[in-house]
Formats: sequence, C-alpha cells, structure tokens
Amino acid sequence: MIELQGVTRVFNVGDTQVRALDGLDLKVDPGDYLAIMGPSGSGKSTLLNILGCLDRPSSGTYRLDGREVGTLSDNDMADVRLHKIGFVFQFFHLVPRLTAQANVELPMVFAGLAPSERAKRAREALGTVGLSGRANHRPPQLSGGERQRVALARATIMGPALLLADEPTGNLDRASGREVVELLERMNARGLTLIVVTHDPELGQRARRLLRLVDGRQTNESV
Amino acid sequence: MRAFDFLYYAAGSLRGHRLRTVLTLLGTAVGVAAVILLTALGEGARRYVRNEFAAVGSNLLIVLPGKIETSGAAPIFGGTPRDVTLADAEALVRRSPRVRRVAPISLGQAPVGYRERERQTTVIGSTPDLLAIRRLAVGAGRFLPDVGTERGGPVCVIGRTIQRELFRTENPLGKTLHIGDWRFRVIGVMADKGESLGMDMDDVVIIPVATGLRVFNRTSLFRILVEVRTHEQIQDARRDVIAIFMQRHEGEEDVTVITQDSVLSSLDKLLITLTFALGGIAAVSLAVAGLGVMNVMLVAVSERTSEIGLLKALGATRGQIGTAFLAEAALLSSAGGAIGLAVGYAGAGALGRIYPALPATPPPWAVVSAVVLSAGVGLIFGVVPALRASRLDPVAALGRR
Repeated sequence: MIELQGVTRVFNVGDTQVRALDGLDLKVDPGDYLAIMGPSGSGKSTLLNILGCLDRPSSGTYRLDGREVGTLSDNDMADVRLHKIGFVFQFFHLVPRLTAQANVELPMVFAGLAPSERAKRAREALGTVGLSGRANHRPPQLSGGERQRVALARATIMGPALLLADEPTGNLDRASGREVVELLERMNARGLTLIVVTHDPELGQRARRLLRLVDGRQTNESV
Repeated sequence: MRAFDFLYYAAGSLRGHRLRTVLTLLGTAVGVAAVILLTALGEGARRYVRNEFAAVGSNLLIVLPGKIETSGAAPIFGGTPRDVTLADAEALVRRSPRVRRVAPISLGQAPVGYRERERQTTVIGSTPDLLAIRRLAVGAGRFLPDVGTERGGPVCVIGRTIQRELFRTENPLGKTLHIGDWRFRVIGVMADKGESLGMDMDDVVIIPVATGLRVFNRTSLFRILVEVRTHEQIQDARRDVIAIFMQRHEGEEDVTVITQDSVLSSLDKLLITLTFALGGIAAVSLAVAGLGVMNVMLVAVSERTSEIGLLKALGATRGQIGTAFLAEAALLSSAGGAIGLAVGYAGAGALGRIYPALPATPPPWAVVSAVVLSAGVGLIFGVVPALRASRLDPVAALGRR
C-alpha cells in the first residue's frame, strides 16, 4: 500500500542544508499498524507530512496504492488527502466557531456533498466515537478527549485507507488517551491502515511494527 | 464545494469578529452613502435649475449690450458698443411679428429707506410686461402703470422682504419710499416669489424703467427680456432681433442675444459635470474602504493560518481556500454597500424634506455604479489576501498554533 524508496527531504536553513530524511525505504501493507518513534529532529514529522501528501520528497519515490504521489500537482494532492488520508493531530485542530457536527462535515463540504447527506453521515460518525449527544457543542465546550474523538470522526468521515496520527494522546490525560487509542485500534482492526507518530514508548510498543528514526535514517525495525 | 458553503463559511468567520466586521462594513457603507448623497445633491441642483428655468418660460430671449465673441485681433474701428436703449426695445415689438412682448431692464443698487429705516437693495427698472414675462405676481396693490415705455413716474412696487424690513406692520401702499435722493410712492407689493434665477425677487424694488435710468444716471439698459410667441420661433426671432439691432446700430452687431435654451443647456452640462465630479470624489472614499477590507482580510488570513493549514490537510484545494476568502471579502464589502445604499437613500430623502425646492434624488447611474463598485472593491482588494491564503504551505501553517 505504501512504498517509500530512497526518500530524502532536504531543507535549506540559512546557508546550510538540513537532511530531515536521508534515503528512507519503507513498506506498509494495508491494515498495518505502524508506530514511528525517535528523538526531536529525527525527521518524524517530515516523514508524516510526506506520507500525508502535505509535503513532497526532495528525491526518491512515494507510491500510495500503486500510484506515484510525490510528484502530483497541488490539486491532485489535495484530492488524495481528501479521499485517502485522515489526519489526527496532537492539538486536535478543530475549527472553534463550528459545532462538532460541522467540524466533522468539513471534508464532505470540500467534496461537494449535499447538506442532508453530510448531516446524516456526520451524526453516524459522531455516534461511532460515542459523541451522539455532543453534535451541537462547539470545541471550547468539549473536553480534550471529546475533542480528539471529534477529530477522529472527522479524519475517517471520507472512508480513508490511511490514518496518520501525530502524538494523538500527547495532550490528553491517561484515561482519555486510552479511550482514543482504543478507538484508533478498533478502526485499525476493521482494516484501516494506522500510522502513529509518538514520543510515548508505551504507545509505541502497542503497534505491530515500530520504526525508529535518528537523523532521518531508520535505525531498526521490529516486525 | 457548493456556493452556499462558501458563503456560510465566510459569514461564520465574519460573525466571529463582530466589531471588526462592523467597522469594515461601516467603511464601505460610508463610501456608498457618500456616492449616493453627493450625486443626489448634484442631480438635485441640476433639477432645481431646470425647474427654475421652466418657471420663467422657455421662449425667452435675452439681449445684452456688447458682443461676446472670440476673435483673434481687436477690431480697428468701433470700440465701445452702442447703448441699448428704450427705443431699441420698442422697435423689437413693433418690427418683429414673432416678438410678443419685451421687458427692458435697468438695474442698480441703492439705499432704500422709509422714515428712519434704510436698506441697501436692488432696484429694477422695467415695464408692466415684466410681470408676465418673468411670471411674477402682485400680492397687494398693483404693478407698474402702463404709461408708455419712455414715461416714468415716481411710483414703485416692493418685494416682500422690503415690506417686512422697512414697513414692518404698516400698510406700505401709498407711503413714500426713498431711493437714494429720490422719492417714490409705493403702489404695490409683490407676492412671495423667493429666489429666481439667482436673484432674491423678494428683496427688490421695481420702478418704471425710464425713471430707473434717470435715478442711476445710465444711458444703456442692463438687458432686454424678449418673449417670443412660440418656442418653435425662437431661432427665427433671434435672427430678427439681431437684424433689427444691426439696422438701428449702423450695420454693426454690437449686442449679444442668448436664448434660454442655450443658457439652460450650458448650465445643465456644468451641473452634470459637477455631479460626476462629486461622485468621483465619493468613489475615492470607496477605494479607501477597499483598502480597509484588504487590511482586515490580511489580518484574517494571518490569524487563521493554522485553520487554513487544517483545511488543506482535510483536502481543501488552493482554489477552494482562495474562493472562501474572496467570498468573505465580497460579502463584507457588498453588505457594507447595501447598508450604504439604505443610508444614502434615507439621507437623500431627509434632504428632500428639509429643502423641498431641491429635488435630491440620486441618479440611477450613480446608484448602480456605487453598488457594483462596492462589491467590486471587495473582490479586487480580496484577491491579494485570498491568494496569500491559498498559497500557504500546509506544513508550515499547521505548525503554528
């Protein structure tokens, strides 16, 4: 499903070049559960951005579902993000002035779905994450765990093949964090490919595979 | 993404910053209201002048002494023009069948007094026909007696202001009025007339024209008002008048004959230009309002950087992001335009009630262009912020929080 070959990402910082990723190879099968760990500056976020089609590799190839996506146009990349990829962030990234339901509807708005269809599917998705009663609440009225579950409902509303989670529990207390992880793993069990970036060794150990990054290179892979 | 969704998103973010939205709306509203009010004023002035001229009558010729013309070299012979005299005026009626009547006019400023009260005012010398030609009306007593143009007499008709200021509550009829060193008997008071062709017809004293020439020691008339029988004959009558004067003045065309129409059309042109100029000045304020819209939108973009990053991560295209911000700018400025339209019309209406003589209605072209301009200003000044939003790098945008 995911195939990275010799992916390198170079940033220009002032006069010097920084290699955030340095010739990385990676294969992820459909339905896989991969954790990416590593110290700050090891290239975790850069890898996540490239996997999420938010950024392009400087060199190397990235094939998603057999299609080379590293060289797509901006609009085609947006289309890949819309239909194939879901994001969950450490800081939730909900739009504060929109209700939980409206936040979940956002991707469907970009896809041009009819409002009635959007409302129906958003309600179902909120039900799946256990927030049926919170559809009309705005993010400031929700707890951290509830916000992350809204974000999760939003990330999966378009039926993506790949879910990218960037420190999904980093801003949550233990109980809420556990709930969110359980939700993620339940979705993974139903066939959703899950990639989690984390500092938390406990969360990292739960994944089926662990990718350790140091200086943009893979240091080990436990299978 | 559907059109309604763009508007909903835009309206939602505008609601989020009420004060800022209201202030920006005010900017555009003031601009549009200014365009509408100022052009309404200009248009009102134009219609006011038109009405004034219509009240005086459209088959009027005005004869002025002297030739107004553009010429390269000064003529070798004939320096000063000949006087326009009472005999000239009489000749016009006698010799042109197209002329119905004439009113020779002399004019001067003099102190006018009754007992201890005195007032500097305009003294018009004319004949009884002035009443009909200028569509004036007598309020009390009678107008100048028909004793022949060459004969005068120490009688006068006064305007309402003169009556009020000099006679107060006394009945002026039969009283003696001083004009300079001369004494006149008041035989009539004019009805209220107000401003007419730029002259306050209430603040005048009218005396027989022959007397007027003597009082002010003049030999030439100020002008002659010539009423032509029908409007169609006005150009022929004009030629008649010039021909008669040339005959009487030894072949020299030393008078200027202007038609009411030409005066009206040149004033009309002037006032239309003025209206355009006023509209243009007001449009500048619209452009300034556009800068306000741009400023607010740029702030909105930098404020919502992380939101834009999120929307991109969720799959929004550049075009969708740009359109959403453009919709917000357009919504902002056209809502302001709508408010300005309402305020402008209300203002023009209020103006019309305060000054009923000034029919202040904004011309349709100004209304249409103000509305189009206000929406256009939002679109034009929204482009830069929208482009900036659409070009944000999602990674960098998401990184900020």
